[in-house]
Amino acid sequence: MREPLFHIVRRNSSSRMRGWAVRGIAILAAVLLSGLLTFLVTGLNPLEVYSKMIQGNFGSTRRIWVLLQNTAILLIIALALTPAFKMRFWNTGAEGQVLIGGFGAALMMRFVGASLPNALLIPLELLAAIAAGALWGFIPAFFKAKWKTNETLFTLMMNYVAIQIVSWFCTLFAVPKGSGQLGILNQSTEAGWLPTLFGQKYMMNVIIVVAVLIFVFIYLRFSKHGYEISVVGESEKTARYVGINVKSVIIRTMLLSGALCGVAGFLLVCGTDHSITPNTVGGEGFTGIMVSWLAKFNPFVMVFTSALIIFMKNGAAQIATSFHLNESFGDILTGIIIFFIIGCEFFINYRVVFRKKAAKETDAPVKESTLREKASIASEAVNDKPAAEAEEDKKPLSEEEKKEVKA
Amino acid sequence: MPEKKVALELKNITKAFGGKVIANDHVSMDIRYGEILSVLGENGSGKTTLMNMIAGIYYPDEGEIFVNGEPVTIADPKDAFACGIGMIHQHFKLVDLFTATENIILGLKEKGPYNLKKAAKRVREISEQYGFNIDPNKKVYQMSVSEKQTVEIIKVLYRGADILLLDEPTAVLTPQETRKLFDVLRRMRDAGKAIVIITHKLNEVLELSDRVAVLRKGVHIGTVETKDATVKSLTEMMVGEKVDLNIERPLPENPEERLIVAHLRVMDRNGYSVLDDVSFTAYSGEILGIAGIAGSGQRELLETIAGLQPITYGGIQYITPGTGKIELLRDLTPLQIRNLGVRLSFVPEDRLGMGLVGNMDITNNMMLRSYRKGPTVFLETKEPHDLAEKIVDDLQVATPSIETPVRRLSGGNVQKVLVGREIAAAPTVLMAAYPVRGLDINSSYLIYKLLNEQKKNGVAVIFVGEDLDVLMALSDRILVIGQGQVAGILDARTADKEEIGLLMTKGRTEDHGEEYKKHLASVRGGHHK
Repeated sequence: MREPLFHIVRRNSSSRMRGWAVRGIAILAAVLLSGLLTFLVTGLNPLEVYSKMIQGNFGSTRRIWVLLQNTAILLIIALALTPAFKMRFWNTGAEGQVLIGGFGAALMMRFVGASLPNALLIPLELLAAIAAGALWGFIPAFFKAKWKTNETLFTLMMNYVAIQIVSWFCTLFAVPKGSGQLGILNQSTEAGWLPTLFGQKYMMNVIIVVAVLIFVFIYLRFSKHGYEISVVGESEKTARYVGINVKSVIIRTMLLSGALCGVAGFLLVCGTDHSITPNTVGGEGFTGIMVSWLAKFNPFVMVFTSALIIFMKNGAAQIATSFHLNESFGDILTGIIIFFIIGCEFFINYRVVFRKKAAKETDAPVKESTLREKASIASEAVNDKPAAEAEEDKKPLSEEEKKEVKA
Repeated sequence: MPEKKVALELKNITKAFGGKVIANDHVSMDIRYGEILSVLGENGSGKTTLMNMIAGIYYPDEGEIFVNGEPVTIADPKDAFACGIGMIHQHFKLVDLFTATENIILGLKEKGPYNLKKAAKRVREISEQYGFNIDPNKKVYQMSVSEKQTVEIIKVLYRGADILLLDEPTAVLTPQETRKLFDVLRRMRDAGKAIVIITHKLNEVLELSDRVAVLRKGVHIGTVETKDATVKSLTEMMVGEKVDLNIERPLPENPEERLIVAHLRVMDRNGYSVLDDVSFTAYSGEILGIAGIAGSGQRELLETIAGLQPITYGGIQYITPGTGKIELLRDLTPLQIRNLGVRLSFVPEDRLGMGLVGNMDITNNMMLRSYRKGPTVFLETKEPHDLAEKIVDDLQVATPSIETPVRRLSGGNVQKVLVGREIAAAPTVLMAAYPVRGLDINSSYLIYKLLNEQKKNGVAVIFVGEDLDVLMALSDRILVIGQGQVAGILDARTADKEEIGLLMTKGRTEDHGEEYKKHLASVRGGHHK
């Protein structure tokens, strides 16, 4: 019988242990490949390169704190995006929501800073950041709820609006005039700066992010709102059927998503930079999307995914300076690792069966490749399988596809 | 009787999906020329999978196929055609804007220039030979479902198929159309074709086929001569045990008006009416059956009553039991209806897409109706958890645990979860759309029993069904709906199947104007998608 050389088979049950083992192997394979590439391209000893990367992250207390701080910022952005993503609202506007939140805080710092004590000023900054971020989340949500606009494009465009506003502001209040830079705000008085805790400048940031982490986890898992978000995300039809007001859930969730982005902006401006530029967020609004997806929207897993990405980024910067490599080389290594991490999901959910082997497998019979499945219409088989295993078949793909299509 | 020539032989065909589900387990059977073979089995017994392997859509894991005694490899539908095998699927694959002829020759690589006239002539010849009634130049969007099916059959014959596989061909037809189809199939059989129909309707099997092959859970239980079979014997073969096929129908006790629907008109997104001047009353302690061709407005009717579709004209009144207080349900959301104290339960047609959330477990699905309970912002899971356990126990839902996502359950168990939840809300009105679709016989009878229990409890039950025999056995009255209008309301105890069939088609025979307009609207403005 003629049979395709290999076909792809969905795993019936993927145990959690196996999943993590596959991920571990994937990371190991990525590290090996990166090492090989490093050696072939640069002629450097890969082990030395890796040790520099580790040094770049853990080489000194300051570096460790930078790692923590960067991870915290990336994490809070990913957390902020997660409620929207769980609702299948593809918010690509974190960059702008964070920036405009930071802008709100910067406005307070710049114009009210001199006249209020920190005890009042800092909450005011936080409020301004939350309000601005929430507004940036509300606008696309409102349009989506009211006129079914495409949220991916809308939120993306809102990023540029935020960047232009901040850019204009920076030009207007530049110090010195014409430089286009605000410089450090309130440098002498430190008014509106987050206080140092236990002698650590970033401690406050980390604590706030941990609080947000716990909040998001509880909100999504145990609250009625979180339940509504899941139902709307899974099926709008079901949501309407049980009387959930889908429009108001969309708007409410995006207000929250935007507000949390605002908090991230507040941390960047008041807890980190004490200034603002159009590039303050530096692309973390987009990286946060990846962090959230890699963690499959699990807030605690996001701690690891965000730390991994920051680790790679800081390490890359270190090897760039240590070995006088182009910084793009670090990006290539990061790319390889992320490619493996994402790619290994395929092997967690599917396996490839080759011709010969397939004939022997009687105890674990297999399914034909997806192509053929797609060719079938009306197949009873789809009904046959435990109701929606069929749906499951499509799922890993369709989620990605959806993401792509919307993007 | 001399043995007829074997057209196609299957030997030890095995096909599995995933690890656990074996769709076909070493199935061997033969199909003969000049014969109609019914492949009978419950949903999930592997009928369609088997046929799909013959038609080249799936590839068997094991086993061999012989055509005219020669071993063949059928890896795709093209191979199947080369062997003279053609399949008519349940869902049609036709281009709406093309004519019958254009659809028939679409994708066909014929020698010589593209000649529509010649093709149309051939289509006419085939039609005359077997007694089809089709205009080769009619566009598909102007056709009724039965005409579309005819085009699909001719398409297969045009390609020279001698072995025809039909997957549930009568599912979309009225009784009259079914009879016409059977006449054509008999003529094709007499002309020497080998015909296989997949079905789970026993009456049709007995009426039409020469032999019946019964599948149960992927295993070929046996093939019997139709003349030796009865409804009872076939059911037992299908189910594997004795089944009581009687549906109980107690007389309604103290029926009271519960729900009055008056002059209801509902428009779709394009502004065409899907329900037009629909009026009826549902009584407590009664099962009101709704019959009609699929897509005649049944779904819209139930969704409108449930508050999911905006009403253009007319109204719905609910009469509160006991007090007789009248509530107007027009322009209310499902939540507002519930807050009025109207206990309306609804088992929608789309179980996993509307009634339940497939990715959530049973407990979380129980919560869909009740998650708002409790004073805090947090969910209370105790009650839904207990309810989930109770339903799993009472209705014998086969599930690894109540933490299993419902999409992993089989169709019958999914429906038990959904119906169980809706009944647990102690409704006064219970609406169910196609509640037994895709269910095995035992689950179906359990659902009938549950509906009857509700009826005895004084609930006004509205039951949309597709099997007229069941509708006539279970309901007290039958409302026939055709093209969004009430074609008639009959007493189910005295109603005649023929009469219901005629009412179903009333007003839709030659009038395709509405469909045509709809079609144009969808072509012009794809935006609504």
